[in-house]
Amino acid sequence: MTANPVLELRNAAKVYGGGETLVTALHGATLAVAPGELVAVRGASGSGKSTLLHLAGGLDAPSSGDVLVEGQSLGSQSRKDLARLRRRSIGYVFQDLNLVPSLTAAENIALPRELDGASAGEARTEALAALEEIGLRGVADRFPDEMSGGQQQRVAIARALIGARRLVLADEPTGALDSETGEGVMRLLRARCDAGAACLLVTHEPRHSAWADRVVFLSDGAIVDETTADAPTVLDLGALT
Amino acid sequence: MSIKHGLLALLAPGPKYGYQLKAEFEATTGSAWPLNIGQVYSTLQRLEKGGQIEADGVPDDDGRVIYALTPAGREELAGWFHTPIAQESRPRDELAIKLAMAVNTPGVDAREVVQAQRRQAMSSLQSLTRAKAAVPDEDLARVMVVDSLIFAAEAEVSWLDRCEARLRNARTEKTPEKEAVQ
Ligand SMILES: Nc1ncnc2c1ncn2[C@@H]1O[C@H](COP(=O)(O)OP(=O)(O)OP(=O)(O)O)[C@@H](O)[C@H]1O
Ligand SMILES: [Mg+2]
Repeated sequence: MTANPVLELRNAAKVYGGGETLVTALHGATLAVAPGELVAVRGASGSGKSTLLHLAGGLDAPSSGDVLVEGQSLGSQSRKDLARLRRRSIGYVFQDLNLVPSLTAAENIALPRELDGASAGEARTEALAALEEIGLRGVADRFPDEMSGGQQQRVAIARALIGARRLVLADEPTGALDSETGEGVMRLLRARCDAGAACLLVTHEPRHSAWADRVVFLSDGAIVDETTADAPTVLDLGALT
Repeated sequence: MSIKHGLLALLAPGPKYGYQLKAEFEATTGSAWPLNIGQVYSTLQRLEKGGQIEADGVPDDDGRVIYALTPAGREELAGWFHTPIAQESRPRDELAIKLAMAVNTPGVDAREVVQAQRRQAMSSLQSLTRAKAAVPDEDLARVMVVDSLIFAAEAEVSWLDRCEARLRNARTEKTPEKEAVQ
């Protein structure tokens, strides 16, 4: 009945260090995200949210368990294939943004498309459209250090959404944004999912996680809770819409 | 919640029938707070007695009365809009009372109470967010009412997150050796 998941974590665990300094950042996590689905991850600082996203994006390999993107186990890919899969299929918004300081906003956004074989002209056109979509028309030719924190954050989001990425992984993409701009970003992510992408979003703002179809809660590296939009609200008691 | 002032506000643009006021109140607030017609008429009676509204002309053939604001009603309404609502005038919070009791009642796991409540609050927040997506942006009044419910639900979730963290810390401080063997 449901389509094959775009992302699947099967009992994926991550241990850092060893001996005295061993940290289990993630206990075996099992989670699937289907096309069209937006899943939010909540949890206290240090609960393992970024670790989960790193594993999902192939930025880090699990200590045990398996991670599959579009049905392919990331562990069985060559470095080159993994790099291509990440470029083509996965859009990643890093918690610390990771913009290239020597490239302008438009160049940062266009980069993955160019690496993927699009012409410079095409890639720039797409990058400008992405900037427009995220409400940042005026900053295309500015360097990261010439932009505000919230503007840089939106550039990082535009870079993750450009092209036809099937999996979007976003780590605190609204952290530096005011309430209204943050909501605009959530609308954009939601629209991407409604158009068929799968999205895993880490956010500490409950209001933003509420855009998700499912909200999972991490505590000390384990998924301890999951909620869906099935509670009645005061609005259901009236006759809204 | 002030039905009285809501009705005065709806009368500001011009005189209206009671049933009209009920419908407009619900439309403006996005049906978040449905009124029954009895509540509307009893409030109108009180306002009339208080001199804040008056019957406008004679009742129609069905005996229905059109109400209009008096100058005193206008003054009351202006005062309402200009005076912020005090925090402490809100009703006692059953949830805060329940959690305070849960912490001190033997045999009750306060963390479970918190988690169950948070599940409920988070799920409502998701439902509200969906409902909001269906309200057109131009419908400012409704969007603002739904936003108010959303921010209130969010505050509850955030507060419960904090409660959970407090309870977790309190437990690890109290029973370190127990935690270690588990
Ligand atoms: N490279 C690393 N080496 C050692 N420990 C690490 C490393 N990365 C993360 N950790 C530890 O793993 C745990 C989970 O970290 P993670 O970054 O996933 O948390 P988080 O939920 O994203 O927190 P935050 O909300 O603060 O971003 C933490 O205890 C952290 O200290
Ligand atoms: Mg993190």
